[in-house]
Amino acid sequence: MKKQLLATIIGLNLTAAAQAATPSMEQMWEMIQQQQGEIATLKEQLRSNDARIQETEVIAEATISAVEQIAMAPSASSKTTFGGYGELHYNSLDRDDSAASKDEMDFHRFVMFTGHQFSDSVRFFSELEVEHSIAGEDQPGEVELEQAYIEWDFAGQNSAKAGLFLLPIGIINETHEPNTFYGTERNNVEKNIIPATWWEGGAAIKGEISEGLSYDAAIHSGLFLDAGEYKPRDGRQKVGKARADDFAFTGRLKYTAIPGLEVAASVQVQQDVRQGEGESIGGVLFETHVAWQRDDFQLRALYAQWDFDSAINDVAVGADEQTGFYIEPSYRISDNIGLFARYSEYDNLAGSATNTAVEQVDIGLNYWLHPNVVFKIDYQNQDTPSETGYDGFNMGVGYSF
Amino acid sequence: MLNKLYRAALITTAAAFFAATSLASFSVNAKGVYQSGPDFFTEVFAPLQAEPKVLWLTPEIRAQASVIVDRPVRGLRVRYHQSNNKTAWILEEIGKEMPITIGVVVENDVIKQVKILAYRESRGGEVRYPAYTDQYRGAALQADYRLNQNIDGITGATLSMWAVNKVAALALYYHAVVIQSSATHQP
Repeated sequence: MKKQLLATIIGLNLTAAAQAATPSMEQMWEMIQQQQGEIATLKEQLRSNDARIQETEVIAEATISAVEQIAMAPSASSKTTFGGYGELHYNSLDRDDSAASKDEMDFHRFVMFTGHQFSDSVRFFSELEVEHSIAGEDQPGEVELEQAYIEWDFAGQNSAKAGLFLLPIGIINETHEPNTFYGTERNNVEKNIIPATWWEGGAAIKGEISEGLSYDAAIHSGLFLDAGEYKPRDGRQKVGKARADDFAFTGRLKYTAIPGLEVAASVQVQQDVRQGEGESIGGVLFETHVAWQRDDFQLRALYAQWDFDSAINDVAVGADEQTGFYIEPSYRISDNIGLFARYSEYDNLAGSATNTAVEQVDIGLNYWLHPNVVFKIDYQNQDTPSETGYDGFNMGVGYSF
Repeated sequence: MLNKLYRAALITTAAAFFAATSLASFSVNAKGVYQSGPDFFTEVFAPLQAEPKVLWLTPEIRAQASVIVDRPVRGLRVRYHQSNNKTAWILEEIGKEMPITIGVVVENDVIKQVKILAYRESRGGEVRYPAYTDQYRGAALQADYRLNQNIDGITGATLSMWAVNKVAALALYYHAVVIQSSATHQP
């Protein structure tokens, strides 16, 4: 009985306690209202934070873009470009008949390029050279303007140029920075037959006919062989008040569709290398070459031939035909060192019955301190029928940028 | 006299040819722009849409990138697209005077595609042909950050070739950085 009473008292107390802890409906409503208010406040804060984050992102993006624009924007002067190349040579050569020698240090070429991009399709390019370091009366060198032309991209893959430009013939006439070829001195065939470096004044067009097949066509000032002269090299007027009684025309087709391979052929027609003086002498130059690079091996081979009217034989017998060729294998034994050998032969009197050819063997190496900085050393053995060939060493340093 | 007439005829012919080709130029696209960036990304990841992302150039990344391209790398970030282990980059590098815009696709740490999107130099444009750019397929980055494959050049386009080589190596490096970064941040 006592136990029952005790249980009843405890039960009543618990119920009363429970009733006291449970909020009333009014209290519940108040609490919900309060919580709703807090939720609304939090939502508002969240919205505000989102807006701030978005605003911050916009500010960050604008700031980054502005910084990038400043950092990466081309300056006004970047439309004008500047570059150059140069080479110092040392020759230590003896003539086969021991009658002469050549021990010489020569800053052969110091060249400055200046270009300007007028618009996406119109540009200017120039090359000014100091040859043999010092120019002036009785000085060994010259100051020469080798290129100065306006080029206009008149169609998708076609452009035209007018001014003073390098002729599209041979391998080194257009690309002759010292780090791009082997040998301290340029090869004799392109020097004495083509004759590189060869520039003329006039107009030219170039473009692509199909993938890897391109053309060049130019009408330009011609050679002028004065009385007693018969070598093309002597006929270069260098566009300095050049005689322009008769023009010349050059055309080239070049195939480069296979990586590492270039095959090209050029033809030039000289209307009259006497430029109207005395009996007219016309001439045709044909040149073809192949440059093939496979992995570390490279082969360059070139053939060039002049056919002049026979009247030139009155100046020198056999000058109506002037030919030359060379073959140059090379091997790059590392990124920095390449070895080469070259056999060349040229003859400015190839039309004569007697042997007048100049033969030369070169072997040597290039050491590239940087892709644009090269040191060269080579040995040459030159033979002429009259024992006037020079043998010995050549060394050089060259750069381009 | 005959000579003068001959020369006048030649000049007239040359001028006529020049004028005819100039007129024909109106129907040809502007020189050098072959594909837009968005079109490149769409083509690379089709039929999927890859996620556009940004690689921030930290001092370490910038320093290494500058070594690879042999010049200071500017800008704060590089945009790229990614889908799993495949990334696509559009980068620019100057050949001789003008920037070449180059698209590079890298998948599983090797180059899947190199495509010249815009070429603006006056010489050396042969590098844009697939016969040339296909040589980069399968190339990876060596420990010295150079390509592990030899690329046969094009005579007269050496500077353009160097530019493409640098960009290919740079894209491989950036790819390695973002793949390594996403692996680190995997849960």
